[in-house]
Amino acid sequence: MKYVKPHPEKCGFVQACMRACARKTQKSDDLSLSSIVVTQADGGTIDINVCNQCGTCIDICPVTAITRTKSGAVVVNKSLCVGCYSCVEYCPTGSMRTHASRLAPFKCIACGACVEACPAGALELAEGEFEASYLECEQAGEPGATFSKSYF
Amino acid sequence: MSEKTIAEMKIAHRVVATHHYEPAPVEKGYANRTLHVNVGTREIKEKPVTNEMKEKFTGGRGFGLWLLWHAVKDTTRWNSDENEIVISPGPLSGITQYPGSGKSLVVAISPVTDQVIDSNVGGYFGPYLKFSGFDALEIQGKADQDVIIVIDGQTGLVTIETAPDEPADTHRLAEVLTHMYAVDEKDMRNVSVVSAGSGADHTLIGCLNFSLWDVRRKGVRVKQAGRGGIGSVLRNKHVKAVVVHAPQVRGDDNHPGDLQEIQATGRKLHREVFQNDSSMERMRMRGTPHLVEVMDAFDLLPVNNFQFGRHDDTKHIASDVWVKWFHQGIPDGCWYGCTLACAKTVEDFALSSGPYRGEAVRVDGPEYETVAGVGSNCGIFDARYILEVNFYCDTYGIDTISWGTLTAFAMECYERGIITKEHTGGLELTFGNIPAALELLHQAARGEGFGRIAGMGVHKMKEHFAAHYGADIAFLNDIGMENKGLEYSQYVSKESLAQQGGYALTNKGPQHDEAWLIFMDMVNKQIPSFEDKAEALYYFPLWRTWFGLNGLCKLPWNDVEPVDNKKKHPPKEAAKVPEHVDNYVRLFNSMTGRSITKEEVILQSKRAYDFQRIFNIRLGKGLRRFDAQPYRAAGPVSVEEYESRADRYDEQLRTEVGLTIDGMSTAEKVAALRKYREARYERLMDAVYERRGWTKNAVPRLETVQMLGIDYPEVVEVVQRHL
Repeated sequence: MKYVKPHPEKCGFVQACMRACARKTQKSDDLSLSSIVVTQADGGTIDINVCNQCGTCIDICPVTAITRTKSGAVVVNKSLCVGCYSCVEYCPTGSMRTHASRLAPFKCIACGACVEACPAGALELAEGEFEASYLECEQAGEPGATFSKSYF
Repeated sequence: MSEKTIAEMKIAHRVVATHHYEPAPVEKGYANRTLHVNVGTREIKEKPVTNEMKEKFTGGRGFGLWLLWHAVKDTTRWNSDENEIVISPGPLSGITQYPGSGKSLVVAISPVTDQVIDSNVGGYFGPYLKFSGFDALEIQGKADQDVIIVIDGQTGLVTIETAPDEPADTHRLAEVLTHMYAVDEKDMRNVSVVSAGSGADHTLIGCLNFSLWDVRRKGVRVKQAGRGGIGSVLRNKHVKAVVVHAPQVRGDDNHPGDLQEIQATGRKLHREVFQNDSSMERMRMRGTPHLVEVMDAFDLLPVNNFQFGRHDDTKHIASDVWVKWFHQGIPDGCWYGCTLACAKTVEDFALSSGPYRGEAVRVDGPEYETVAGVGSNCGIFDARYILEVNFYCDTYGIDTISWGTLTAFAMECYERGIITKEHTGGLELTFGNIPAALELLHQAARGEGFGRIAGMGVHKMKEHFAAHYGADIAFLNDIGMENKGLEYSQYVSKESLAQQGGYALTNKGPQHDEAWLIFMDMVNKQIPSFEDKAEALYYFPLWRTWFGLNGLCKLPWNDVEPVDNKKKHPPKEAAKVPEHVDNYVRLFNSMTGRSITKEEVILQSKRAYDFQRIFNIRLGKGLRRFDAQPYRAAGPVSVEEYESRADRYDEQLRTEVGLTIDGMSTAEKVAALRKYREARYERLMDAVYERRGWTKNAVPRLETVQMLGIDYPEVVEVVQRHL
């Protein structure tokens, strides 16, 4: 499946990706509506945070508002979303976004707009597999394994 | 499910009353009107919610109490026409961002306690009722045939319809009605059904099932308003079900004063659950049965009608067994956005008895109370049996907690020869006898044989055994685990005086909703003096009442905690989980636009709590004598109970009572210990009533009533009768 693979060491921190994302996905120039977030720490270290399409949020959503498209991107269906924000806090990479003007969370759909916009080649639309990991630990055991007597 | 069958059932309906209304948005947590449906007179009307109601009674259980007070007479009993079932969600109910915020509160006059009962339940009905336009639903009167009430918040229509052909039992009925009233598959999630079952027709311990449509399992699930027989009241009114069909939920349907603050508070708790649950209670995997082995380890798990507190076979019903049975990996909240997600299920469980034998069904649960109640307390340590009884109790509309406690009582009576095969119609009701226990349940649901007598509950069984079987009523009162007519829930309170008060100095009877103080008291010794215990029995019942005023679940309060809770606060404060208390104050203020403090929270609860006490007094109950507990809850009734923990009891006689016990027989020691413990309970009552601002007869003082601002003339009149 496709996902946006960041190469922060190449990033020049011009935030072209964020502008492109906000414009393409939210039709806005407000950078806080971008699904990809680039930050620079005091020491100059750059972090690029973007969804790796692992799908943990699909499992955590109580109303099946989050699904994986045929191309592998994980998308939020706003009409089904009840705005509980479970997915936001259960996201292993902290890549599910919220905004005061939006009831539903939003996220990277691996459209590639940011990749095209990046002047430094710091983003790549890559192929890869990320497995949801958190819920696996909850899936131990099979129902109906043991019981003590047969008296029925 | 056959579409044709459902269509045929629908065609057989006759609409007997119709009420159109204009669905209006909820504002700051309130719909600002309530719905009154009289199924006898077929009158449907709307009532405004006044500011007085909001300020004095908050919502949820508070609204229920207020509406019920005005609906009934001093002489009203459970089966009177004017008795009501009031369902109310509360102003915080329907929040999707904070775990545990979708509860409904139900009140009625109970068939087992003859006074007010209240019950807190999950499922989607309460929030859907509010989002359909109503802060409460009152159901009054008795229909002349089986009816359903349908509230359609999508179109603004309330109807009463005859429903002659629908199945009675919930696992079928709720499924049928969900399909019947959903427009299409996608709309199923917008329907919630309240129903009981055939067991509620024939017993006095009927529960209500509140449904939710499970979008992953594509089927109905149910949560129970279990305590006090409200399901029996529903069926006595010939109401088969109540259906709500709500608009699609969004994250701001409550139109809170400050949505972002609620979102931020919710996100904080989601994160806490994410980070801490797997190392704390593991609610997401184990649900409430995580308590089974803990209770066993501390000698608190009821075994054989609360005689003992642990058993070697507990491992067969401990949480690791349930982890394997439970269907894992699905967000199992009973309302949207509950990441604590403890409402576990067992899928495709093959039934081995009863009318649905051979069917593969979904079992909602079991919860801890069911495991302990129908399991260990009946001497049964078998997961499969517990699942079978859990399923049947739910679909029959029978409360598993009362069923467990009353079965255990009948078993002890049988083992002691108080009742025999002659009385039980051949059932050999020994502890651990699974086939006999199952047959008893099916009999009760059919209203046949000894099951019909058992289904009346422990209180009425005691009277029946004494009147008809020559039993010694004093002994039955010692071992029959009920107070006010309500069966005990499943913790052994013998070694915790504070928990004895937590059970019996309650408004509705012994349950785990009001106070759970065993660890504070017995294990951690944090509340040694009578004053300490009285303070705990002031604060915690009021704190917990607040969940019921607002439509909240108690579990996310202290079944997950901030990691530094116990480091940051001294033990007694840590027990309150101060950071979570702050969360709730923030939620309330962000929702309503008010600015209350954590002290005001307690005051809000006290208004409803004392009002409920006065309500009980008005109905001829509520006084000190009704707070008496069965001695089994306080100490060893029998010689064998004493001897099973002889070291503990001998030590107490020596050091606390100051007796020289050498040469005393066990029976003498039982009597000496009893005298001591009963005197301590009386002292506890005095201390608690004093702290609550009540007289020694458990009547709220006039100045307390005035301070709370609930000094309405009709309330004062009730109080003054007893001053």
